[in-house]
Amino acid sequence: MSSHYEAPIRKPLIDGNKSYHDITVEVAAPVEGKANKLWWTVFLISLAAFLWGVGAIAYTIGTGIGVWGLNKTVGWAWDITNFVWWVGIGHAGTLISAVLLLFRQKWRMGINRSAEAMTIFSVVQAGLFPVIHMGRVWDAHFVLPIPNQFGTLWTNFNSPLLWDVFAISTYLSVSLVFWWTGLLPDFAMLRDRAIKPFQKKIYSLLSFGWTGRAKDWQRFEEVSLVLAGLATPLVLSVHTIVSFDFATSVIPGWHTTIFPPYFVAGAVFSGFAMVNTLLIIMRKVSNLEAYITPQHIELMNIIIMITGSIVGCAYITELFIAWYSGVEYEQYAFLNRATGPYWWAYLLMMSCNVFSPQFMWFKKLRSSITFSFIISIVVNVGMWFERFVIIVTSLHRDYLPSSWTMFSPTFVDIGIYVGTIGFFFVLFLLYARTFPVIAQAEVKSILKSSGEYYKKLRDGNHE
Amino acid sequence: MYTFSSKLKTFSFALIIIGLLGVAYGFLSTPSSVEDVKVMLQESHNNHGEVVTTHQSDENAVVESHDVAHSDDAHAEHIFHLLKNKPWSALYVALFFFFMLSLATLAFYAIQHAAQAGWSVVLFRVMEAITAYLPVGGILLFVFFVLSSMHFNHLFVWMDPEVVAHDELIQNKSGYLNVPFFLIRAAIYIVGWTLYRQNARKLTLAQDEASDISNYTKLFKRSAAFLVFFLVTESMMSWDWIMSLDPHWFSTLFGWYVFASMIVSAITTIALVSIYLKGKGYLEFVNDSHLHDLAKFMFGFSIFWTYLWFSQFMLIWYADMPEEVTYFVSRFNEYKIPFLGMLALNFVFPLLVLMNSDYKRVPWFIVTTGIVILIGHYVDIFVMIMPATVGDQWFFGIPEISSILLILGIFIYVVFTALSKAPLLAKGNPFIKESEHFHY
Repeated sequence: MSSHYEAPIRKPLIDGNKSYHDITVEVAAPVEGKANKLWWTVFLISLAAFLWGVGAIAYTIGTGIGVWGLNKTVGWAWDITNFVWWVGIGHAGTLISAVLLLFRQKWRMGINRSAEAMTIFSVVQAGLFPVIHMGRVWDAHFVLPIPNQFGTLWTNFNSPLLWDVFAISTYLSVSLVFWWTGLLPDFAMLRDRAIKPFQKKIYSLLSFGWTGRAKDWQRFEEVSLVLAGLATPLVLSVHTIVSFDFATSVIPGWHTTIFPPYFVAGAVFSGFAMVNTLLIIMRKVSNLEAYITPQHIELMNIIIMITGSIVGCAYITELFIAWYSGVEYEQYAFLNRATGPYWWAYLLMMSCNVFSPQFMWFKKLRSSITFSFIISIVVNVGMWFERFVIIVTSLHRDYLPSSWTMFSPTFVDIGIYVGTIGFFFVLFLLYARTFPVIAQAEVKSILKSSGEYYKKLRDGNHE
Repeated sequence: MYTFSSKLKTFSFALIIIGLLGVAYGFLSTPSSVEDVKVMLQESHNNHGEVVTTHQSDENAVVESHDVAHSDDAHAEHIFHLLKNKPWSALYVALFFFFMLSLATLAFYAIQHAAQAGWSVVLFRVMEAITAYLPVGGILLFVFFVLSSMHFNHLFVWMDPEVVAHDELIQNKSGYLNVPFFLIRAAIYIVGWTLYRQNARKLTLAQDEASDISNYTKLFKRSAAFLVFFLVTESMMSWDWIMSLDPHWFSTLFGWYVFASMIVSAITTIALVSIYLKGKGYLEFVNDSHLHDLAKFMFGFSIFWTYLWFSQFMLIWYADMPEEVTYFVSRFNEYKIPFLGMLALNFVFPLLVLMNSDYKRVPWFIVTTGIVILIGHYVDIFVMIMPATVGDQWFFGIPEISSILLILGIFIYVVFTALSKAPLLAKGNPFIKESEHFHY
């Protein structure tokens, strides 16, 4: 990592003739400036969606789960679909900040901050669903193993739903700490630049008195590495545990051993797509095109392509094994997905997840920003349907034909989902105006090895 | 340039000869007829009293309704098959084990190219040499499959028309599990992998002398294409070559689980060969940072293997569905020590030893852990294959050890011969300077 030499064929990661000061100014600009009309418009739309969602949640809790489209056969549908979808999106943030750190990918520096923010905001959305889908929300604290007056009535540790509680809460806390540690030098930078006393006060509080001494930096690096080492198994285990919700069951279409790694691959797939969606817009509106370069977008597209192929391989494996197993129920589950009443959802999922990432094999397409933006949205639509298909098509027709039924969502189901999207964007938009959206301290560390100007300088001298 | 020392050459020949003798002994010492087995069973009856009756596994549970004499016959015949399979299985485990070292090294090599890794370029020639075993091992395996399909052994029960005739489950799978298609698939995998290997070797040797990087670019693209081919064929290979030994059992995770076992053993092999060569003074450009990275991969993939092992085991244990759980029941009951022991070897040991950053730079730490990991993954393959082919008649004795020695001898001979064929530094690679200066 600390080698002074970089092969000339590596592409620059910071475009233009940037100095350390330029980086500071450009990263601080969105925080120090004023929000424009566009920001307010989008913010108010998101806020409206969020409030609508709050209303839908309040209505659900006040009236009962019966206001959703669930029935006696399909007890999980949009609630858990959205939960898994949001958790999945949250995974790319940790992947970018932790796994790419372990693999010494310098290009992560430009994108890790926003990816982690995305993780935290989407895990918050995800965290809503396990609570609000309960019939008795007010008894939710019973999932925690707390000594109590019922003769210490305890939780049963055999349920993956309980593991979910531990997984998600640990994931959120560790991600938050990891993110915040990385923010310290950047908050300190904002603190030092702040002119208004109120902002100075706020960023002084947020930066925990960071002064950037050599000893601090050394420990900072060590902590980042340790946290990256811990976050990597965490990110794998969290979505694995989410997948256990299904895979430990005996439902045909759910009970399959490939779910743990395949859900993780799908999470990375959809998470990277979401990062792409957000960053393609952000680099434009926050004038950060020099730091989030087409090279970054292309590399993310390659990850989308790889994880998309892994997911495709898993789909085919499931189909093959369903046939190979000779288990009639398993075979029917897949036949039902392809040709049953939800065939359109299956087709949508297949075409969005298996075919769309394959376009990224073409250099022309994966380096096109517009194309990447479109595909990134297509992937997230596909991954929403993947969870929907897994959950609903496996439930609505299983062992007993007399229990077969259909599912259709009500406006409350949809309202809550829309509400979480609104909430996510409310948080993300506020973040983009108040936080340094690029880890300037880290970007500065690669300026001289991977900045365009310095690379040209070296190439001119040596070759 | 590396010269294959005559000492090591002699050593590899010695391994081959000892191995051959032991394997021959293994084949000769199997019972020659069902009658022999009956005599043997009678003796053990007398020695152990009632123990033998508990040996009736699920396969001969069906005969319970028949009269006792018939049951004894069927039991003896069953045991006869298992004993006959023993030397074959021992050979098969060893053949697959060394083949997978080579195959996963090839996958790791392709990943390094496709990822444009800057650290590992100085190790490319070592990886290329390890993959030189791929065509040799591929031919050996293919011959083994042909012999199996000609009923020299009874490893793949679905190859036996008599078994299939009475087994509806296998009949339903015969669209996939039939001898010609099996052999065609095996040929496609082996030829496909070997083609990439030979081509990659040619391109990197050409790159050494080239003035532009066109060979490198070609290799980059072919590595990416190979990885796609590998992703698909590796899964299918594990279904064909291992999962089909238990033709009633299935698991969607199986292919990736086998891959995890393969890749961690392969990286260990790369580390061991590199440390050997460095010890002999041949790899002066490989520093302790390179070893540190390899050890990190050994550590990381050991945990990854455990993750997949646990995922597969726990999900099947948790749901406890009879059609799946038999797989682990027989392994847990009859193979308890290897089955649980491999967790200590493959997970606990590397976890504790390779956690420390300093230890990962110390050659003897890496070598010790590496040997443990390789033993652990041999046991892993053993526990995948043996219960299906020899059942409770397993034993780790002369046929097993000799098979390892035989194939190890061939492996060493082929790998070190390949090492002596080309300079140990892939100097034409555009990242070679980065790799030589690599420091972490």
